[in-house]
Amino acid sequence: MFNKILIANRGEIACRVIKTAHKMGIATVAVYSDADVDALHVRMAGEKVHIGGAPASESYLGIDNIIKAAKQTGADAIHPGYGFLSENPEFCKRLEKEGITFIGPGVKAISIMGDKISSKKLAEEAGVNTIPGHMEVIKDAEEAVKIASKIGYPVMLKASAGGGGKGMRVVYNDDEAREGFNSAVNEAKSSFGDDRVFAEKYIENPRHIEIQILGDKHGNVIYLAERECSIQRRHQKVIEEAPSSFLAMETRVNMGTQSVALSKAVDYNSAGTVEFIVDKDQNFYFLEMNTRLQVEHPVTELVTGVDLVEQMIRSAAGEPLNIKQEEVIVNGWAIEARVYAEDPLRGFLPSVGRVTNYIPPEEGDNIRIDSGIFEGSEISIYYDPMISKVISYGKDRDEAIDTLRLALDEYYIRGVGHNIAFLSDVLKAPRFRSGDISTKYIEEEYKDGFNGGTLSLEAWNILVAVAVTAHSCEVGRQSTISGRMNEDASSFSETWQVQIDGEVQSANFLMTGEGCNVITGGIVYNIETLWAPGNPVFSGTIDGEKISVEVEYLDDGYRLTYDGANEIIHVRSEREMQLAALMPVKEPADMSKYLQCPMPGLVVSINVAEADEVSTGQILCVIEAMKMENVLRAERDGRITKISAVAGDSLAVDEIIMEFE
Amino acid sequence: MQDILDKLEEKRESARMGGGEARIKAQHAKGKLTARERIELLVDEGSFEEYDMFKEHRSIDFDMEKAKIAGDGVVIGSGTVNGRLIFVYSQDFTVFGGSLSETHAEKICKIMDMAMKNGAPVIGINDSGGARIQEGVAALAGYADVFQMNVLASGVVPQISLIMGPCAGGAVYSPAMTDFIFMVKDSSYMFVTGPDVVKTVTNEVVTQEELGGATTHTVKSSVADNAYENDLEAIKQTRRLIDFMPLNNKEKPPTRQTFDQQDREEQSLDTLIPDNPNKPYDMHELIRKTVDEGDFFEIQPSFAKNIVTGFGRVEGSTVGIVANQPMVLAGCLDNDASRKAARFVRYCDCFNIPIITFVDVPGFLPGTAQEYGGIIKHGAKLLFAYGEATVPKITVITRKAYGGAYDVMASKHLRGDLNFAWPTAEIAVMGAEGAVKIIFREEAKNEEKLAAKTQEYSDKFANPFVAARRGYIDDVIMPHATRRRISRGLRMLRNKDLKNPWKKHDNIPL
Repeated sequence: MFNKILIANRGEIACRVIKTAHKMGIATVAVYSDADVDALHVRMAGEKVHIGGAPASESYLGIDNIIKAAKQTGADAIHPGYGFLSENPEFCKRLEKEGITFIGPGVKAISIMGDKISSKKLAEEAGVNTIPGHMEVIKDAEEAVKIASKIGYPVMLKASAGGGGKGMRVVYNDDEAREGFNSAVNEAKSSFGDDRVFAEKYIENPRHIEIQILGDKHGNVIYLAERECSIQRRHQKVIEEAPSSFLAMETRVNMGTQSVALSKAVDYNSAGTVEFIVDKDQNFYFLEMNTRLQVEHPVTELVTGVDLVEQMIRSAAGEPLNIKQEEVIVNGWAIEARVYAEDPLRGFLPSVGRVTNYIPPEEGDNIRIDSGIFEGSEISIYYDPMISKVISYGKDRDEAIDTLRLALDEYYIRGVGHNIAFLSDVLKAPRFRSGDISTKYIEEEYKDGFNGGTLSLEAWNILVAVAVTAHSCEVGRQSTISGRMNEDASSFSETWQVQIDGEVQSANFLMTGEGCNVITGGIVYNIETLWAPGNPVFSGTIDGEKISVEVEYLDDGYRLTYDGANEIIHVRSEREMQLAALMPVKEPADMSKYLQCPMPGLVVSINVAEADEVSTGQILCVIEAMKMENVLRAERDGRITKISAVAGDSLAVDEIIMEFE
Repeated sequence: MQDILDKLEEKRESARMGGGEARIKAQHAKGKLTARERIELLVDEGSFEEYDMFKEHRSIDFDMEKAKIAGDGVVIGSGTVNGRLIFVYSQDFTVFGGSLSETHAEKICKIMDMAMKNGAPVIGINDSGGARIQEGVAALAGYADVFQMNVLASGVVPQISLIMGPCAGGAVYSPAMTDFIFMVKDSSYMFVTGPDVVKTVTNEVVTQEELGGATTHTVKSSVADNAYENDLEAIKQTRRLIDFMPLNNKEKPPTRQTFDQQDREEQSLDTLIPDNPNKPYDMHELIRKTVDEGDFFEIQPSFAKNIVTGFGRVEGSTVGIVANQPMVLAGCLDNDASRKAARFVRYCDCFNIPIITFVDVPGFLPGTAQEYGGIIKHGAKLLFAYGEATVPKITVITRKAYGGAYDVMASKHLRGDLNFAWPTAEIAVMGAEGAVKIIFREEAKNEEKLAAKTQEYSDKFANPFVAARRGYIDDVIMPHATRRRISRGLRMLRNKDLKNPWKKHDNIPL
């Protein structure tokens, strides 16, 4: 076994590998860039070596420096994590030459699987299902019909130079094939000046399902069931689960068997993943093989009880696999959600900066958190803006979903935006729960993007109950101030009126032997909580069910965040509510006349002057944020009436830079 | 007998109606509450004791003797906020437009006199068309009487002004002399002369909102401290502010239950200071992580943002916070920031509120605008305010403390009680680069030598230990331990006894 492992990666995956290495009694070395001086993986590892500048090309992709770091620290093996150098055959070869073990498959597997064409060819040879198609140029419409019917409808005709939907036609019968071929050719010619068109089987509502593989250097390969990663946003996986809610046992075995055959064909000797797309009739087709650990590997670990990183290390050290195929049992259900620093309300733009507050859910038997950050970490523009992965476990899918939703509610993150509301919204949808998902799920369910979650009636009442309880605690605390004239005086009340989203409902608050009762809408909610005023998260139980609600104090009222939605809630006495009703409703200002700063940053230059006429696309100003220059352009023609910022100003997000007529 | 009792109730009922239903409706239509409704929201339910409900004006000119309304346009009384005594006057715009008459002024003076005698804050709710013109000089005298009371009460009991409608002409000088002014956006304004006069005299065309609205006064003029969306929100925040205040200058600040731990450590503060000394960070984070439950009441958040001022609590007891803000103008001191902080420091000292100062200051802002604007005297105000303050003073230098600004920011030399520095602190006359260019003029011509000398200077002085060796810094502390060290310091300073030499009053460079 190795004495010391260097982890040629950063973030959560580096931390993940370090944990297992330490568990196995292996010393660890972290490498870090200028941007990661204070990073968690650096703090966790036994030793650390600086390897270069913040851009990955100067650090985490720098083979020379990483090898130097390994030699300098005497590391005898390197774990590459995922991304960066994990699928780089050059890196493998260099390590071999230097006598350092690469914890991953051999050069052969990486090279072959790294190439789309050679991997598909090899898969076909190994008897793996590939998407039926005709990889030669189709001459004319009649040939198109012949080929299409041979492949079996529906068929996709696509231009060789195609992209963005252009030059692509999905056809369902001979007539459509004839017509589709001609229009695809014309479109391809006019769009790309290249009229070559191919045909491929079109998979309707495909699911993304992948098989986890484990091999050793003694020719053993097993598969550890599947993961379903159909919930994707622009090819980025968002939610992953194991097992799949869709696969029949027979399909699973077939997929597993084929994956093992494929792996054996490239002498696979580590952890790897064979990705398939699966159609509604359980037909599956090979997509690609990832010759590394996957981001979503924890769901497999939770349902199989196998530590994949440990197995990779053991295999790399030459140990034979200590699990046999028949010993692999899938137990229960696991779901992973990826928490990213991005703003779902602004088209998922990355939200970089300092994480000023970070409270993750508590880890336990049913919740695992893989994170590479801590409170006070920086999410930098240089790397993947992942905050953490949260993985839930349950005896069945429903339980795993509920546990994960609760965990997402428990997060408290400030300083950067995050996608938790979006994740919660996906998880609470009845369609997701029914398992009726495909890789088009997000596209179909969020046609106009994500505009914030909405509350179910049940959630609405839960928020009323939480708000009343929190407000009662706060009012009670306010009465503890010193110097009171009348020690009995209190604004504490048993009857409140609660306003959410313009609606007012009354609620009664009663302390009971166990916690308190809030009675609203004729329903009694029993609440038990250890929440105290000032806590950012209200955790407790309502009628025995665990809940977690984020509570933020506003100048007037509270903002509660729960289950993907956030609402401003006022808890008032009846009289206060009457007077509040007299307050004017102010429409939010029309900001279309303004250019607002899209992120906190420094004004590098203002490129226009007051009274200038500007045309669409013209550069208005340049904002530097996180050492990156962002050019802000005019969105339409117009005249500038006022400029409120000058070069050198540092602006907050949404601060007004200039006004238009 | 019952008749007589009923008559009282009738009279009360009529007084409570103020200017009558139609005017109340008009007041509501403007998005404003009435004088009495505002008091209802301000004080604890059922705690209001009204005085001078039946007071009427004595004017007989211009048929005024025929127009009398009980209360004469202002409601006064006492009540409690979370059980603590306060006094309040609230101008009633439905009665003669809230205009100030001799008797109206007498009522205000009466309540202020009661407040001073009994040692409790005065909250003034302003909503008035101005002087009662029919009364002429008597109304002017009334204003002056109120001003005089404001002056006498200043530093004796906290005075808070809420501007919830017009406040123009001489009327502005009463709130101007109080401790804090809150305004309501879109429905309040303050100016000495209105847009019409401005146009006649200077030909300037300006709206009421631009001339004296809540935004103008909280962003540009700094006349007002905070602006709120509506009456309700402003009053809610006034109640919150009152909870930070001692009732009078003889009392210690109040304490209340807190659920925060006195010795809470904040590991994240260890990474607050960026590696690059020129990169800003948000001082609010340090403030929020130091005070109880992150609860910080910021005063003047929209003006001179290069310095942050406001109230928080440590172990349930009020502290005043002053902090340079590296996010804005690198946190340097300029005219506005100096004035803003000086006034805040003096308020805290008046009312026995300990002052916590967080320092990251590269110096005073240079330039003609500042010099012509009188940075010498404005900077001196802050220096003076810190120097004369006898309340507990704890200072934490997080990063830069350069030059004269180091001295000003509650340094040891201005009787700082506990002066801490983070290991990242640099206490020096100026930054290393500037210093080296002055000391080593010859070497500065050669880039290599310059770099070497800069490094040497930086190693020698860009740390807190030079100052610590001299005792100017009492201890170099871990950032994560800041709250614990401050709260222990405040415990130690609970019985601090320091008096300035007897004087009639000082002569702060106004």
